[in-house]
Amino acid sequence: MEGHLNLTLKIWRQKNASVAGKFETYQVSGISTDMSFLEMIDVLNNRLIEEGDDPVAFDHDCREGICGMCSMYINGRPHGPNRGVTTCQLHMRSFKDGETITVEPWRASAFPVIKDLVVNRSSFDRIIAAGGFVSVNTGNAKDANNIPINKDDADEAFAAAACIGCGACVAACKNASAMLFTSAKVSQLALLPQGQIEAATRAQAMVAQMDEEGFGACSNTGACEAECPKGISIENIARMNREYFSATFTSK
Amino acid sequence: MTKLDAKIPGGTLADKWTSFKSSVPLVNPSNKRSLEIIVVGSGLAGASAAASLAELGYKVKVFCFQDSPRRAHSIAAQGGINAAKNYQNDGDSIYRLFYDTIKGGDYRSREANVHRLAEVSGNIIDQCVAQGVPFAREYGGLLSNRSFGGTQVQRTFYAAGQTGQQLLLGAYSSLQRQIGMGNVKMYTRHEMLDVVTIDGKARGIIARDSVTGALERHFGHAVLLCTGGYGNVFYLSTNAMGSNVTAAWKAHKKGAFFANPCYTQIHPTCIPVSGDHQSKLTLMSESLRNDGRIWVPKKENDTRKANEIPEDERDYYLERRYPAFGNLVPRDIASRAAKERCDAGFGVGTSKMAVYLDYAAAIIRYGQGEANKHNMHNPSDEEIQAMGKAVVKEKYGNLFDMYKQITGEDPYQVPMRIYPAVHYTMGGLWVDYNLMTTVPGLYALGEANFSDHGANRLGASALMQGLADGYFVIPYTIGAYLAAEIRTPAMSTDTPDFEAAEKAVRDRLETLMNIKGNKPVDYFHKRLGKIMWDECGMARSAEGLKASIKEIQALQKEFWSDVKIPGEIDNLNPELEKAGRVADFLELGELMCIDALDRDESCGGHFRTEFQTEDGEALRDDEKYAYVAAWEYEKQSKFKLHKEELKYENIKIAQRSYK
Repeated sequence: MEGHLNLTLKIWRQKNASVAGKFETYQVSGISTDMSFLEMIDVLNNRLIEEGDDPVAFDHDCREGICGMCSMYINGRPHGPNRGVTTCQLHMRSFKDGETITVEPWRASAFPVIKDLVVNRSSFDRIIAAGGFVSVNTGNAKDANNIPINKDDADEAFAAAACIGCGACVAACKNASAMLFTSAKVSQLALLPQGQIEAATRAQAMVAQMDEEGFGACSNTGACEAECPKGISIENIARMNREYFSATFTSK
Repeated sequence: MTKLDAKIPGGTLADKWTSFKSSVPLVNPSNKRSLEIIVVGSGLAGASAAASLAELGYKVKVFCFQDSPRRAHSIAAQGGINAAKNYQNDGDSIYRLFYDTIKGGDYRSREANVHRLAEVSGNIIDQCVAQGVPFAREYGGLLSNRSFGGTQVQRTFYAAGQTGQQLLLGAYSSLQRQIGMGNVKMYTRHEMLDVVTIDGKARGIIARDSVTGALERHFGHAVLLCTGGYGNVFYLSTNAMGSNVTAAWKAHKKGAFFANPCYTQIHPTCIPVSGDHQSKLTLMSESLRNDGRIWVPKKENDTRKANEIPEDERDYYLERRYPAFGNLVPRDIASRAAKERCDAGFGVGTSKMAVYLDYAAAIIRYGQGEANKHNMHNPSDEEIQAMGKAVVKEKYGNLFDMYKQITGEDPYQVPMRIYPAVHYTMGGLWVDYNLMTTVPGLYALGEANFSDHGANRLGASALMQGLADGYFVIPYTIGAYLAAEIRTPAMSTDTPDFEAAEKAVRDRLETLMNIKGNKPVDYFHKRLGKIMWDECGMARSAEGLKASIKEIQALQKEFWSDVKIPGEIDNLNPELEKAGRVADFLELGELMCIDALDRDESCGGHFRTEFQTEDGEALRDDEKYAYVAAWEYEKQSKFKLHKEELKYENIKIAQRSYK
């Protein structure tokens, strides 16, 4: 049933990439427990506008957990306290009356802050551009049922392909590593016959780009898997390592 | 009155596309390298078009307002994509997909376009599989299918409840490949704010870099708008927060006709509104109607919990009214039936504006099936429940999780509460067979155009159309225009036309910033949304529409004198972006009401209360209204109607029946 909350918000404010940011404190009251976290920020923002202040900038779009655009670090965790959800799916019933909530942007040198809670994640796009595809031009394809694919492999490929590219894995990692993101794409394509042909060059090219973007190394803490809103498995990292090492040994 | 030329090729229906492809002018590879194409929007239509055109050798620039092309709202499509593969051996064919689509659209779409769509539908599935899209498969390793509304075959391909995501990521990976190869230049966090026309042809765009606020000029030999639909005119819809009509509306004001703006799809199965704070609505995929049963109590104002209402006191109203299609009637029909029951006082939940979507029977049916499969002779009820829930979880797990997350209720235990919500817009920029608007060189693809769905789109056909337009139609049809442009060198943007367009955009942004009124943008958007939902939503009347047009005009004035936009013009400013979009929605909303008022009939998603059969079905008037209404912008609040007559040469036009 619907209840109402009074909350203290500590939100990171930063005008742009070139100036230092700091936390600002705001009080909000009468927040319905049926609201989503972003709707709560909407309420705050409309109040700030009415008071003549600059509203909090944050990334969001679909508000149903699939576009991967929302990216808040809430009380020290990417996408907040609940498992398996993005910030837009986090509802205020997960918080207690009187609570203080701290909201920050993703923190990683490969994700520079643009404004307030908005960061630049174009490094992810460049990792995909380096090799996260099957090189097949439009019109080349044969009948879709020509190659049967084992259902377990197809299901596993789908589980890896469910990544929404939000960057929570990087934000959760003490090394700001992008291994979970990169390995999810490497795995999806390596598991399918269509992707196997380029598996070796793909793993090498994507890892090289990942390193060039300044993401850190993986030290197997598993924080990425724990915080991933789509439950992407850390086994993908093991699979990518296998692909990468076998590619390195057999490279011509 | 201008005669609209749809440029439909000659020949029999089944030969038109083939003979078009064999005779359309070609552009040789070295000329392609010097032809530049601008693509606005990076969803299924935009990403697939951009990747395919770049593969052909054209120089392509892509613009999207999100931080990455992968965020476009195609990503949120859940249920599936149709294709006439007939893998199920259940009698499907290109003709049947064509027929179902025309009938589903209530006989208000163009035959030649729809047939082409059905013809290329199979190629889309082939292409996606080749890209590594992980569609659902059977144990034998072949692709799985399910049913959607308005059909009696299983032709829908899917990837759990995330089909749009997987298809978009496939198109996105092809796009990223071309970006990596240097064939496409990508501009993220850029919003198109005008089309530049020179001597009557589209020659480029003005875009705003959302991070710096800088205005940029970009030249293109052709401009493709793949910018989606305008459902957010209703404020609450299943669209993403950023989905908007701005690109299409700017094109409209530069001469592109806007077709059938009043055709709006209200999707029957969405999570009901929970309060005033609501910022958007969430769809529960139509695929849920494969297995779920929709009902309300037989007793008016029944306050019992769902599980306390015995079977014989439940009204499965869709199965009762439409025995042939049952819970799988098309969306417009299912939505109106839900509204009818709720308006009559049989709604459920605290708001009484909801109906139940119940999985109890499906769970038992699947549980028994599993027991048979595993050779269990006397399974207990608990075992059946557990096995049935596991099957439902595999098919629809992410949707059930989403429902629980939003409502706090567990749909494995209690029926879901659902209510119709704005989902898709069949109307859009008028295009000919080549997908070109009435402005030469300016194209519209995907939901942004009006072409294929008539007055109601069938489920799982939006993904099909977006990808058909991008992968298989535009790469051919654009040749018809560009073959004549090979002597046009790339133009400098340092010309009076570009300068004037940029100045007009800058002036408008400055005007908005300088209003310094009292109310935030959302205030106006919510008020517009309420007018549209009440008077131009599921039921419309001449009286209500006339009043709405006046109200919207008054709201436009109020907006331009009292909106308050904080922040700076030359920095990231989401409120300024929103203000520009809402200003355009305010003009579009007016045109939607004008169009709805003009169409004195009911068809598909357009239901005029004055025009209905005795049992409450839509009553078309084919004598007077078998046309596409294409509106030309003349000046503020003044639009001129052009009609494209719809000729049915291959299908006998009839009253739609799903009984």
